[in-house]
Amino acid sequence: MGMTMAEKILARAAGRSRVEPGEIVEVAVDLVMTNDITAPLSIAEFKKLGVERVFDPKKVVFVPDHFVPAKDIKAAEQSKIMREFALEQNAIYFEIGRAGIEHVVLPEHGLTRPGMVIIGADSHTCTYGAFNAFATGMGSTDIAAAMATGTTWMRVPPTIKFVYTGTLPPFVTGKDLILYTIGQIGVDGALYACMEFTGPVIDELPMDDRITMANMAIEAGAKTGIFACDDKTREWLAKVTTEPYEPVDSDPDARYAQVIEFDVSNLRPLVALPHLPSNVQPADEVRDLPIDQVVIGSCTNGRLSDLRIAAEILKGRQVHPRVRCIVIPGSQEVAKQAAKEGLVDIFLEAGAVFSVSTCGPCLGGYMGVLAKGERCVSTTNRNFRGRMGHRESEVILASPAVAAASAVLGRVASPFELN
Amino acid sequence: MPMRGRVWKFGDNIDTDVIIPARYLVTIDPQELAQHVMEDIDPEFAAKVRPGDIIVAGRNFGCGSSREHAPIAIKAAGVQAVVAESFARIFFRNAINIGLPVVEAPDAVRETETGDELEIDTENGIVRNLRTGKTYKATQYDEFIQHIIRAGGLLNAVRERIQARKAAEAGQ
Repeated sequence: MGMTMAEKILARAAGRSRVEPGEIVEVAVDLVMTNDITAPLSIAEFKKLGVERVFDPKKVVFVPDHFVPAKDIKAAEQSKIMREFALEQNAIYFEIGRAGIEHVVLPEHGLTRPGMVIIGADSHTCTYGAFNAFATGMGSTDIAAAMATGTTWMRVPPTIKFVYTGTLPPFVTGKDLILYTIGQIGVDGALYACMEFTGPVIDELPMDDRITMANMAIEAGAKTGIFACDDKTREWLAKVTTEPYEPVDSDPDARYAQVIEFDVSNLRPLVALPHLPSNVQPADEVRDLPIDQVVIGSCTNGRLSDLRIAAEILKGRQVHPRVRCIVIPGSQEVAKQAAKEGLVDIFLEAGAVFSVSTCGPCLGGYMGVLAKGERCVSTTNRNFRGRMGHRESEVILASPAVAAASAVLGRVASPFELN
Repeated sequence: MPMRGRVWKFGDNIDTDVIIPARYLVTIDPQELAQHVMEDIDPEFAAKVRPGDIIVAGRNFGCGSSREHAPIAIKAAGVQAVVAESFARIFFRNAINIGLPVVEAPDAVRETETGDELEIDTENGIVRNLRTGKTYKATQYDEFIQHIIRAGGLLNAVRERIQARKAAEAGQ
């Protein structure tokens, strides 16, 4: 019996020839990450363990991104705890102005590579599955233990294979594919499992779109999402790292808990209505739903290609008078490139704001928090009650194309509704 | 020793944003977090909940963020245990790691209401509803997870291992 790519990575990291779904294994970790929200708790727990140093400073990463630049004194104190610990441990640390959102920054620096086991105290750590890594989110105490020992325990997940066939229509992106998938299987449809994304559509899909899909695997309850390593992966890595890596592929006779095939030829740009990511509908079927705000950015859709799509739609158009449109580059690199390409000018001319790189509004932190009764179309990943502000505000998830079109029309809209 | 407590019942997919909204994640102080527990699903909850109470919920409890602040807020509010039809995996791990008992018992959940009294025997995986008198089986933990629970959380389990390793090295 063959193994899936997830099983192969875990077997290798456990020093075993094979592992079986359901069994608990101890694995060596290749990268451990925390951010300004989760690091202070991890550091406090780490200090209780009676060890002085992290297991390997080159494999421990700290990224301030959620409430930075510091939104208030308390947030500043949290960031300070992390910064001081990172410097004291000589660990990898990405300061604002030279970095950005963790899940955008780490791949940009070649830190997420095929075959690695990556854990992070952030649920969207599963993003790195786009690079053929086994990557999953954990809490601060798990991360503290891993920072000390370089190992963690994992239950080997069953793998659900998703096969995407057909031809991707215009303005249908990785975001639409993952929203569609979550809409089909539900927010616990892949609970504890690994989602393996395959098929001819995936083979053609750009890395940025794969990253968006892996990023939202957690929104189906998955432990991780994973893609094979191909020319597109290697091309990305060649630009950012000289480190060697060992990709894995699933065996032809690998065992899957389920194989689910989707023909995506007739998909239209989608939205997820409040208050679950699985509450999915075609954007053009949502009639006359006025909005107050649009957010384009985040670890899900804050990459250059996302801003390019948004700019393409906003070029020569104006954000609706009733709408606030906030564009947030995922990283300093994305911001620099967006400026160079003239995207920033397009956003500013359209009447949008171009913000600093931060998670900020996605989790109702700052830089775009919603008031009672307000409704936002957002390219982020969660539309739970109160996610972006007041408990009686609403978040509608969408791709950058749908978000930009909605910003122009002042209501939930498909890009095809623009003249 | 079985625990007993009064029930607060919630629905499916109770996410970490309603358990502890991100606007309060500027602290790691358990008592401060506890003041806002479940605030966005029931703004009165923190005022109503009493030490020893039990949260009962549907499927996928704790979905969303990896914030350990969520089980910490629940535990610091005095909640003794969470019984659910199923748990989101990061929340489950976090709860075990910090010593908040989480019990998967779908049948018990379906026949339990707010105000009921539950008796939970985590050792033997048994949930009893004292109002109806009915008894339910809970999913058994793996041996590995039981080990973490017996140690009083992940940190203690890891500390024991680190100390054992140090002792072995010193003895060589």
